[in-house]
Amino acid sequence: MRDISFGQYYAAESVVHRLDPRLKLILTIAYMVLVFFIQTFFGFGILFVFVLAVTFSARIPPLRLLRSLRTILILLLFTISITLLFYHNSAETPIAEWWIFSFYRSGFINSGLLACRLVLLIIGPTLLTLTTTPVSLTDAIESLLKPLSWIKIPVHAFAMIMSIALRLIPTLSEETHKIIAAQKARGANFDSRNPFKRAKALIPILIPLFVSSFRRADELAYAMDSRCYKGAKGRTRMKVMRFAWRDLFAFLVFGALFFGILLLRYNWWNWDWVRLITQW
Amino acid sequence: MGIITFNNVSYTYNAGTEDAVSAVKGVSFEINEGEFVALAGHNGSGKSTLAKLANGLLLPRKGRVTVDGIDTFDKKRIFDVRRTAGVVFQNPDNQMVASIIEDDVAFGPENIGLAPREIRARVDWALDAVGMRAYAKATPFRLSGGQKQRVAIAGVLALKPRVMILDESTAMLDPIGREEVMTVIKKLNRDENVTIVLITHFMEEAAQADRIIVLNDGKIALSGGREIFSRADELAAIGLDVPLPSRIARRLQENGLELPDGIVTQDDLINALEVCAKKCP
Repeated sequence: MRDISFGQYYAAESVVHRLDPRLKLILTIAYMVLVFFIQTFFGFGILFVFVLAVTFSARIPPLRLLRSLRTILILLLFTISITLLFYHNSAETPIAEWWIFSFYRSGFINSGLLACRLVLLIIGPTLLTLTTTPVSLTDAIESLLKPLSWIKIPVHAFAMIMSIALRLIPTLSEETHKIIAAQKARGANFDSRNPFKRAKALIPILIPLFVSSFRRADELAYAMDSRCYKGAKGRTRMKVMRFAWRDLFAFLVFGALFFGILLLRYNWWNWDWVRLITQW
Repeated sequence: MGIITFNNVSYTYNAGTEDAVSAVKGVSFEINEGEFVALAGHNGSGKSTLAKLANGLLLPRKGRVTVDGIDTFDKKRIFDVRRTAGVVFQNPDNQMVASIIEDDVAFGPENIGLAPREIRARVDWALDAVGMRAYAKATPFRLSGGQKQRVAIAGVLALKPRVMILDESTAMLDPIGREEVMTVIKKLNRDENVTIVLITHFMEEAAQADRIIVLNDGKIALSGGREIFSRADELAAIGLDVPLPSRIARRLQENGLELPDGIVTQDDLINALEVCAKKCP
C-alpha cells in the first residue's frame, strides 16, 4: 500500500495546530491582504520575522517550509528577470547597460520587493495547510460560509462533498495503482515517449476508474442513507469549534502586526521615527 | 410480532423496462428480537435485496415490510426504521464518510441530532464494543480489512440499533478478518441483545446462527435450525455447499459409524467423534 499524505499537513502538537481553524483561515486571508500593503524592505523584514516566529511555535522544520517554495521558483526567477530587464525610469541614469537592456538602481529595488512579496504570499497559505488538516479546513469553511445558507446556498452539501472527496482520495489513488498494474500485466505500455500514445494509454485507466467511482458513490449513498443522513437539517456535531484563550492571543498578536504594518505605510500621526525607518 | 416482518414481499429491479429483474418473489418471514438469524444463498438469490428492503432503502413492489411495527412505506417515520435496523455493507471502504475513525463513527449520531456529549459517549462505547478504541484518532486507510469492517460496525452501532443487518460484511475479508467480525457480532448478540441478521454465502458462518433461512431465486428454499445441514441433497440442488464437517459426518454415518445428526462445525465433529470413540473402543 502506498503512503499518501493528506495534503501537506505536518502532524505536530503545537499552539498553532490547535488554534481554531476558522481563525487561522481568516488570519491567513488578512495576512495576504497585508502583504500587498507593504512597500519597504523594513516592512517585509517584520513580516519575515513574524513568519519565522509562527514556524517555530508550530514546530515545523524550516526546510519543510522552503520546500513549498520550490514550486514557485521558476515563476519567481521569471518575474524577477522580467522586471529587471524591462524596468525603465527616464529620471534616473542607468547603472549598467547590456545589449538593448538598461539596468537601474530602482529596478533592482523593485524586483527585490516583488520577490519578497511573492515569497511571503506563498508562505502564508502554506503555513495554514501545514498546521491544519483538510477536514478541519472544510469544517471551518462550512462554518464561515453558514450565512450563505440563509439565501438558500447549500453550504452544508458543498462541505459534505468536499470532505467525502478528501476521504476518497487515498482509496481512489490505491485503486488507480491497481488498475495500472492490471493493465500493465496485460501488456499496456505507459512509458512511450510519444505524448499522443501516452494520452491514449490513459483511457484504459480512466474508464475503469470512472465506472468504479460511480459504483462506490452508489454504495456510499446507501450507507449514508441507512445511517440516517438527511442533510444539514437537525444535524449536530460531535466536535464543536470553540473560541479559546489562545485564539484571542493569536488574534491580538496578529492585530498588532496588522496595525504596525499599516502605521509604517500611512503614518497617520506623522511620527518622525516612522519616517526615518521607512526611508531606510 | 417480530421486530422485522416480511409479509409476502416482492421486489423487481428496473420494473417496467426490458431489464426488469425480479429479485425477491413473495417472501414472508419474521425475525424476533434478540435472535441471531442467517440469510444464506448463492449470488443472485435476492439476499442483499432483502437487506435493503429491511430498512427502507428499497420499498417493496408488493407486500409489506415492518420494522418494530413501523411500515417502511411510512415516510415520516423512515428514520425511526433506520435507527432500529442498521445495515453494515460489504465493502468497508465504500461506507466510510470521514477521514478519521472517530469522526466516521460519529456520523450516524450526528445525523439524528444528539448533543455533542452524548455523541462522544456513544462513539467511545461503540469503538470499545468492537475493540477499536485504540485507533479512534487514526485514519481508516491504514487498517486491515477486518479492522475497517469493525469500524463500520461501530458506525452503525453508535445509532444503538436493535437490529443489525450484515449484508455480506465478511465476503471481502481474509479468514482472520472474518473471524474478527464474527466474534464481534456474536458478542453484540449475546451482551447487548442486538438482533443479528447475517447475510452470507459462507455456510460455515451461517451455521453459527440460531436460525438459518436459505434463499434461492428470490424465494425461501429452506428454513430452520442447524438440522437443515443434514438435508445435503436439497442444499446441493440450489448450489450451496454443505460445511465440510457435515459432509465428513454424513459419510461416516453412511459407513456405519453412529454419529448424531446436525454436525456443522469442526468442534461438533470433534466432540461427536470423541463420544463415539469412548462408546466403541
